[in-house]
Parts: sequence; structure tokens; C-alpha cells
Amino acid sequence: MNTSWSGYVIALTVANLVGLVWLLFATARAPRDGRAATDTMGHVWDGDIEELNHPLPRWWLWMFVLTIVFGIGYLVFYPGLGNVAGRLGWTSPGEVERTLADTNARLETLYAGFRDRPLEDLAADPAATKVGRNVFANHCAACHGSDARGADGYPNLVDDDWLYGGEPQTVLASILHGRNGMMPPMAATLPGNGVDEVANHVLALSGQPHDKRLAAAGKPKFETICAACHGVAGKGNPALGAPNLTDEVWLHGRGDLAMIRAAITQGRRGTMPAWEGMLGVDRSRLAAAWLLSQGAAMPDADAPSVEAGAP
Amino acid sequence: MQPRDTYNDRVVRQFTIATIVWGVVGMAVGLLLAAQLAWPSLNFGVPWLSYGRLRPLHTNAVIFAFGGSGLFATAYYVVQRTCHVRLFAEKLAAFTFWGWQLAIVLAVVTLPLGLTQGKEYAELIWPIDILIAAVWVAYAIVFFGTIATRRVKHIYVANWFYGGFILAVAVLHIVNSIAIPVSLTESYPVYAGAVDAMVQWWYGHNAVGFFLTAGFLGIMYYYVPKQAQRPIYSYRLSVVHFWALISIYMWAGPHHLHYTALPDWAQSLGMVFSLILLAPSWGGMINGIMTLSGAWHKLRTDPILKFMIVSLSFYGMATFEGPMMSIKTVNALSHYTDWTIGHVHAGALGWVAFITIGAIYSMLPRLYGVERMHSIKAIDAHFWIATIGIVLYIAAMWIAGVMQGLMWRATNPDGTLTYTFIESVRQTYPYYVTRFVGGLLFLAGMGLMAWNAWKTIAQSRGVPVVRIPAPAHA
Repeated sequence: MNTSWSGYVIALTVANLVGLVWLLFATARAPRDGRAATDTMGHVWDGDIEELNHPLPRWWLWMFVLTIVFGIGYLVFYPGLGNVAGRLGWTSPGEVERTLADTNARLETLYAGFRDRPLEDLAADPAATKVGRNVFANHCAACHGSDARGADGYPNLVDDDWLYGGEPQTVLASILHGRNGMMPPMAATLPGNGVDEVANHVLALSGQPHDKRLAAAGKPKFETICAACHGVAGKGNPALGAPNLTDEVWLHGRGDLAMIRAAITQGRRGTMPAWEGMLGVDRSRLAAAWLLSQGAAMPDADAPSVEAGAP
Repeated sequence: MQPRDTYNDRVVRQFTIATIVWGVVGMAVGLLLAAQLAWPSLNFGVPWLSYGRLRPLHTNAVIFAFGGSGLFATAYYVVQRTCHVRLFAEKLAAFTFWGWQLAIVLAVVTLPLGLTQGKEYAELIWPIDILIAAVWVAYAIVFFGTIATRRVKHIYVANWFYGGFILAVAVLHIVNSIAIPVSLTESYPVYAGAVDAMVQWWYGHNAVGFFLTAGFLGIMYYYVPKQAQRPIYSYRLSVVHFWALISIYMWAGPHHLHYTALPDWAQSLGMVFSLILLAPSWGGMINGIMTLSGAWHKLRTDPILKFMIVSLSFYGMATFEGPMMSIKTVNALSHYTDWTIGHVHAGALGWVAFITIGAIYSMLPRLYGVERMHSIKAIDAHFWIATIGIVLYIAAMWIAGVMQGLMWRATNPDGTLTYTFIESVRQTYPYYVTRFVGGLLFLAGMGLMAWNAWKTIAQSRGVPVVRIPAPAHA
């Protein structure tokens, strides 16, 4: 704010406060017309509306003065009068920085204790997974659900099915750096009946009822076009986040013909944001540890090793 | 008898009926919204019945259709009777009625269609904004023209408040609605960023201060002494609290933007002036309540006075709560919670609706040449049903709001939040149901009023032509 705007704000503020005080004390004095409070002002409207002129209630008058005094005091100590900083030198960004620094200093001792331990170790430590669960509930549950079972378009994180692989370091990488899932729209590359044919082949891959003739026509198309990411057998590729199309796990909808057709025609985009900037490494590792503690995800658990991922 | 020797009550009658009708409609929409918050399936998956589109319809309908029609009706009634002169520019007055109703109907159509400017309490799209501005200028011409042609020397205090309200709302509406149209239904505001937010809440809070406060204080200053048959308590007090109220309200907007990108100095001024606003607000309450001193016994027999005294009590309560909530540390807890909703409804139902209802019960028989309302018992029943409704409503929202504020700020020793948002929603459920019951009671009261008004009007044997009395020493 430049000096003249600042002066304008100060002048308006002071003028209003001074005007109020003047108004209060000018009207608090007994009127000089010699009328008692119980006399009317001598005006009559609409036949019977009149006014008395009682003095201002004292408690009300002093309450008014008190709020003005408080207001002036506040403006002396805190910013308010234009560019005048206030005697305390308080600013809201300053307060945020101070509070944040205090909180981080306090939390440093807690997080330092988890810092150099491997994820597998943390996943087995209830003190660590408790914090990890809280981090997950605060930041991840909005999309993945408070039980981490996901939702339409958001993967389930507690089954043993991983799009990008379920090794501890891979899960942590997903959290820290985010993921960009991208299935391009394929309608243009599949002219004629192509979309229907490939869609029926995908139904066949996952063992669902399908049109055999269309599926047979779709198979070579899948193996030349789609196989680049999903593999010839449709088992997917975790390096690309390309889902396994042969299992019962579907990222979008229930894996029926309409859904598969939509995916082929329009493509899909899925974004997992990168959390390193927001959470930092410590909290991200604890969130990963909690996820890993949720069972099936551990690579050496009884589940088969990291599957190629599912849609 | 020349027409100019009589009052023009035709436009008053029109606005009075509109007040009752829009009251029922606006509150019914509010009740549906309250039900949707408790039972979301009541959105029915229909876009134009969804909460996000109906919420602005509810606020516009109760503030501008119900409250606005009530202000037009009473202002036209009061300004004639306290100036001892027939309404100025009657054709313009008729235009304000039809223009205002057209704006409301357009709102009822456009808001559910999702056409909005996205500014709270100023959602209506630019063509409707222009219509509103035209109606408002006509309103000002009629009102101030009547004042200018008055046959009494002194301007009665009710007219100061009506006048202040009309002038301020014209300025607020026009400045906040300035936008660049890009099509018939779309426009962009001329302000950007924090400035846009500041202009919006300068408008938003003064919509409360001038539309919902100053205007209704105008109602209070005529109908309370009229109904109680007692003189106004203190002329001096009315002078102080009028000037203090209208000068201080203008500063209070930034308290809606605490802890945002709004500069610190603006937030501080918003808070300081909101606190100073306590006394001027209470000045109006004191003057109203003390006017009843010497007439307390009438409360036993006159339910209309009950509406008025309770409305003043709610006014005092809400104007204590408001400054308190504007304190930054309190606001850090209350902001974005249902406490705000409770506060608003303490004012809107307790103060604005009650004083309007009282004024209509007082005025309606006179407008139709009937001695009194069809059923005094129904007025009494309306009073109790509505009072219980308000108490349920605001108590539920207070508890819900404080609980939400505490849940949202609770943190674990590891620095994370203790509760997810959905947990606070789940805990709020019983209070949403309670609020729905409160709203249902309030709406039931309005239904009773509509019935009572219908029966009263049915008794009328032609509308009376009221001769203007000669002014006496005024």
C-alpha cells in the first residue's frame, strides 16, 4: 500500500472513531431544553406515536467507550492503521512461520527416531505404524478411503495387487514422486468394429462371458497394438503402470463391456500427486510403512510375488 | 375525498401478501436443504434439485423475496403514515412491486438451472442485477419523494433507518455487481483476487447490516410503539445508535475473511469495528425493549407484542454473538462451521422473521378493514411453535459448530489431525436432524400464518380507503 492510501485508511479510521466519541458525549449531556426524561419530545406522528428522551443508559455508554478504548489499544499494538506496523510487530505470516518452526522442532525428536530404520522394520513397529496410519488418514484417505480399499478410479492399497509393484521402495516412490497413469484413446487406431473386437478379447482374457467371433478378431489387434504396454498375454507391466487385464481387479468400474469399451475409446488418465513436497520424506516413509503393515502387500507374505498389476 | 387525501395502501397490500407467500416458499426450500444435509439421497440425483443450486435459492428467497417484500410493504406503509402524505410517484411504486416480483421469479428459474455469479447473496446473473438496480432506484425515488413532500416537520426515526437502508443497499448492490458481460447469462467481475473477496464481503456483511438490520429497525421503530401504545423510550439513544450503526457497519466486512490472503491491517480493522458495533446494535434493542416498559402486562394478552419482544431479544443475542465471533481467536474456531449457520439463523429467524411477522399481524387487519386477525389463538400458537423451532435450530447448530471446530483443530502428538473430515460429518448427523425438526416447526408456523391471513382477508368487505389525518404538532 503506498503512503497516500495508507494515509487515507488512517484518516478514515481516526475520523470515524473521533466522530463516535464526539457523538456519544454530545448526546450524553442533559439537553438544555429543560424537558424531563418523562416528557415527550412534543412530536406526534400518525395520531399516537411519540418519543420520550431518556438519557443514555450509563452501563451502555461505558460499554461503548470500553469497546472504543479496546479498539484503539488493538490498533496501537497490531497492524490496522494503514502501513503502521503496530508496536508488537505482529504479522500473520510471521505467526505462521513461528508456529510452524515450534511445531517442527517438537516433532523432530519423534520423527528422528524413525528416520534411519528400513521400511520393513517400521512396518513391524506399532509406534511407527500408528503415526503412519494418521498420516494416511489425513492425506491419503480422501481418495483411497480411510481403510485404504480405494474407490472407483483410485486403487485398493491393501490387496496384493499393485499397478507399479509392491516392493517397499516402489510403494515409497509412488508416494514421494507420485504416478501418472496414462492409457491413450485408441478409437482412431481401431477402425470399423475394432473397439468391439478388442473389448471382447479383453473380456475373454479375464474369463468373462464374451462374443467368441469378435474376440477372435480382436486377439491379433490386441497383440499388435495393446501388447506394447499390457503384454501379449495381457498381464500388464508394472514398469509402466499398465494393469493386468487377466484378473478380477479393475481400477475403473466393474470391468464390464461398457467400461472396457469406454477405456479403449476415450483412454484413461490417473494421477497420484507427488507428496514429497507436502509431507516430506519422514512422513511419507511412515505412511508407506503403515500400508505395508496392512498385510498382503509385503513381498515375502504368502501372496505370490508382486503381480504385474491390475487396472 | 380526493385521492391525495388518502393513503395508497394497494402496493402495501400487494407486498404484504408477497411477504407471506415468499416466506412460505423460501422456508420450504430451506427445510428441503436441511433434510438434504441429514439425508443426502433427497438430492434425488436431479441437478436442479441439488443442494448447491437450491442453497442460493433459499438465501435469496428468504432475504430478498420474504425480507425484501416485507421491507417494501412496511416502508410504504410507515413512510405515508409518519409523513402524513400519500405515496410519491405511485406508478413507480407499482413498478417496484412488479419489478421486484419479476426479479424473484427470474431467480427461482435461473438459480436451479445453475446460472450464478458465484458471489454469496449476490448470485443473480447480470441481467437480473440490472433489473434489481432499476427497481431499487425507483424505490428510492418513491421513498425519498414521499419524505420530501411530507406534511410534518420532523422526520420520524423509522424513516431514518429505512432511508439509510435504501441508500446503502443501492450503493452495495451496484458496486459489488459491476461485471463485464460475455453472454446473456455469463459475466466476469471487474475485481480480482483479494480485492474481489473484500468487495464481496463489504457487500455481504452490509447486506446483513443494512438490509437485514437497518431496514428491520425501521419496522421496529414504527410497529413496536404502535402495538404497545407507548412512546419511544429515548430520542437521544436513537440518534446515537443510528449514526454509530450506519458508520461502523461499513467497516465490518473483513471479519468474513480472517486468516485469508486479505492483508493483516484490513482484518484488524474488520475485527475492531465489529467489536465497537456491539453497543450501537444494543442501542436499538434497548430502545425497543424499554419502549415496552409500562406495557409489560400487554404481553399476557397480545401475542403480536410477544413476537416483537422476542425478536428484539434475538436481535440483542445475535448482535452480541456477532462481535464475539469476529474476534480472530474465536473466529479461528467458529469459521466454516455450523456455528455460523446458527448465528445467521438466530438473526434471520429470531430477529428478521419475527419482527416482520409481528408487523404483518399488526398491519394486515388494518389494510383490509377488519378489526383484528381472524384467530388470535393461532397467532399465539404460531409464536410458540416458531420460538421452539428457533431454539431447536440454533442450539443444534451451536453444538454442532463448536464440536466441528474442536474436531477439526484437534491434533495428535505426531502433528497429524486427530479426526478425518468425514468423522466430523458423522458426528454432526443428529444435530442436522434436530435442525430439520426446528425448521419444520418454523415452517409450520408460517403455514399457520398464511391460513390466518387468508381467513382474515376473506372477512374483509372491501378494502378501506384511509383518510390522512391532520398532522399534530410534529
